[in-house]
Amino acid sequence: MVQMEINKRPFEAQEGETILDVVRRAGITVPTLCHIEGLTPTGACRVCVVEVEGMPGLVPSCSYPVAQGMKIYTHSPRAIRARKTIIELLLADHPDDCLYCVRNNRCDLQGLAADLGVRTQHYGGEKSAYREDVSSPAIIRDPNKCILCGKCVRVCEEIQGVSAIDFIGRGSRAHIGTAFDEGLNVSSCVNCGQCILVCPTGALSERSYVKEVLEALNNPDLTVVVSHAPSVSVTLGEEFGLPAGTDVDGIMCAALRQIGCDYVFDTAFTADLTIMEEGSELVHRIKNGGALPMLTSCSPGWIKFVEEFYPDLLDNLSTCKSPQQMMGAVIKSFFAERMGLDPKRIFSVSIMPCTAKKFEAARPEMMHEGETPDVDAVLTTRELARLFRMRGMDLKTMEPETADTPFGERTTAGKIFGASGGVMEAAIRSAYMLITGEELGDLNVKAVRGLEGRKEARLNINGLDVGVAVVSGLGNAAKLLDEIRAGRNDLHFVEVMTCPGGCIAGGGQPLDTDLTSVQARLRALYQLDETETKRTSHSNEWVQRLYREYLGAPLGEKSHHLLHTHYAKREVLL
Amino acid sequence: MTTETLEKPDINAILERHPDAGRDALIPLLQEVQEAFGFLSRESVVAIGRHLGLPASKIYGVATFYNQFRFQPLGRYHVQVCRGTACHVKGSFNVLTALKQALKVEAGQTTRDGLFSLEVVACLGACGLAPVITVNGEFFAGVTPAKVDKIIRDFRKEAEAS
Ligand code: SF4
Ligand code: SF4
Ligand code: SF4
Ligand code: FES
Repeated sequence: MVQMEINKRPFEAQEGETILDVVRRAGITVPTLCHIEGLTPTGACRVCVVEVEGMPGLVPSCSYPVAQGMKIYTHSPRAIRARKTIIELLLADHPDDCLYCVRNNRCDLQGLAADLGVRTQHYGGEKSAYREDVSSPAIIRDPNKCILCGKCVRVCEEIQGVSAIDFIGRGSRAHIGTAFDEGLNVSSCVNCGQCILVCPTGALSERSYVKEVLEALNNPDLTVVVSHAPSVSVTLGEEFGLPAGTDVDGIMCAALRQIGCDYVFDTAFTADLTIMEEGSELVHRIKNGGALPMLTSCSPGWIKFVEEFYPDLLDNLSTCKSPQQMMGAVIKSFFAERMGLDPKRIFSVSIMPCTAKKFEAARPEMMHEGETPDVDAVLTTRELARLFRMRGMDLKTMEPETADTPFGERTTAGKIFGASGGVMEAAIRSAYMLITGEELGDLNVKAVRGLEGRKEARLNINGLDVGVAVVSGLGNAAKLLDEIRAGRNDLHFVEVMTCPGGCIAGGGQPLDTDLTSVQARLRALYQLDETETKRTSHSNEWVQRLYREYLGAPLGEKSHHLLHTHYAKREVLL
Repeated sequence: MTTETLEKPDINAILERHPDAGRDALIPLLQEVQEAFGFLSRESVVAIGRHLGLPASKIYGVATFYNQFRFQPLGRYHVQVCRGTACHVKGSFNVLTALKQALKVEAGQTTRDGLFSLEVVACLGACGLAPVITVNGEFFAGVTPAKVDKIIRDFRKEAEAS
């Protein structure tokens, strides 16, 4: 225990805590621009400075440890003046574009300028002029709005192990860029969007498809079919001021109809379908000596990561398309046939927690009969919120509605796909049934739940010893893959999610995604699983009907054609 | 001179000479590769990255931090502009601007036709002649924007004639 003083009040702290940690616990906000919870501080921005009695200069609170008897002044005139000067200097080389900026009202830089009372331009001079990088189907980079805090670089390297971007050049020409300043589209970027979540400004954003969706909604010749991913219903509410973890499933469904969507489906339906295919594939691989461990394939950032960094393990990837792409495929085939619609006149939209889903939807492998994309547009949770606000949807007062048949029915096995470990748990529930013909006694597979980067378990299914692992965050995935490359062979099935914690922390989720909100979203998903009765993918009646009436059996010819694909090595600048 | 030095340089051969190189060997390695090839190509950067276990973005980032590295092959005429203090005082900034305009490239780049490459150097050690530029090592003293145009024109003519 350390005794100290914050703004003249006594306070206790743990040895080794930073000033920032303690000050926050005391309920005081000290601003930060370059600090990332859980990563080593870099001290790049210095807006977090505070005054410490007896110290000659101001100290950066994010990296400075507390000490016995320390007297801290968080908002002394000197500290405030320093912060204000830093912001004024940043603004001197920043476009005055707030009104037109994707981050207007949601920007740390703008917020700080307002909080510190910056009202006039103090520093003139020429501003840098960089070209926007619009090469990627998922991520837009505008270096003009970048304040060089370095957070994107660190997340990309330390969390994702991708290192697509770094500091390039020096002095007034320093900027964030890819190797050889190429477009992101030819870099190793996997489109995960984790960099967007940490960026304090509008320098990073998702490529928006709101305009395309609005046009489709206004086009009377098109049938607009929308499907929302499992995690979106427990995160969207935050964009409308509801507490993290509020499930707005029915209300979102009502709002989607209100804005003109003709059919509303639930991607958790195709998550159930994925389990039928993937579970069967796993059993098939185990029985027939296929490549093991089988690696899940529902997270498109991860797929690109394997194509680039681990092409030798491509055979281990499940051939199953992701739930988004399975949904697109059954909409443009089965659904179109049933409804007598021309697939080209169906505009299918997915609402996703994910920016990489935009990349996935645009992959050449994901076309209907090589003619029209199975998924025409992907909106992130953030873009859906924007669309709802544009159309005046007030989520707080709407009455919930239910999704449409046939693809609106889901089980909670499909729903928990939204959290790291969810695919694994759903797969275990159904694989047990596939192998033994009986229901698993206790459906709760707690060993694979939670936000840890890696979870492992060993299961015994009818004498068959099965090793499973669940990893999230590509840095964690890479460590496991290195073990597998080095000969580790006790695993049969590995679930990988690109984003740390899974889709509930996806790169398309609300901007204030942090540990607390992610924990609340996680609880919300398992709460549903606890309270509802349909908890196994194989008990989804419409999944069963789809097999009876259209697909035949899992891994059958029709499934193979519609629901499976293959990936190949990808050459990028690594 | 042995025949070996006349052959095309081989990036792998260079890397093999440093089997245990760690990350701290990056800058000397970049220098050695640039020395051999005249510039750092994508292939070289990727190969160096594999060798040292560093991503290409990081290597490019480090290399662009220093003025000495270039990422395009040298032109037939390599133009160096001195930006040392003496030259600066005598107007080398305007000389550089004039060169960029005449060649339509930035410092560190090579013209599309491969004729000229432009490089900024800290000091050429000829302060008495400021502002000074060199073309393939030949010094030009007291350069002005007007003189830049003439120098470039003359070299273009020379290239056309040959
Ligand atoms: S990034 Fe922030 S400060 Fe810059 S224009 Fe956008 S909203 Fe304004
Ligand atoms: S989207 Fe992901 S992979 Fe791409 S630059 Fe951002 S963090 Fe890196
Ligand atoms: S792009 Fe954003 S996160 Fe990256 S350095 Fe610039 S301001 Fe920081
Ligand atoms: S937040 Fe502390 S230096 Fe940037």
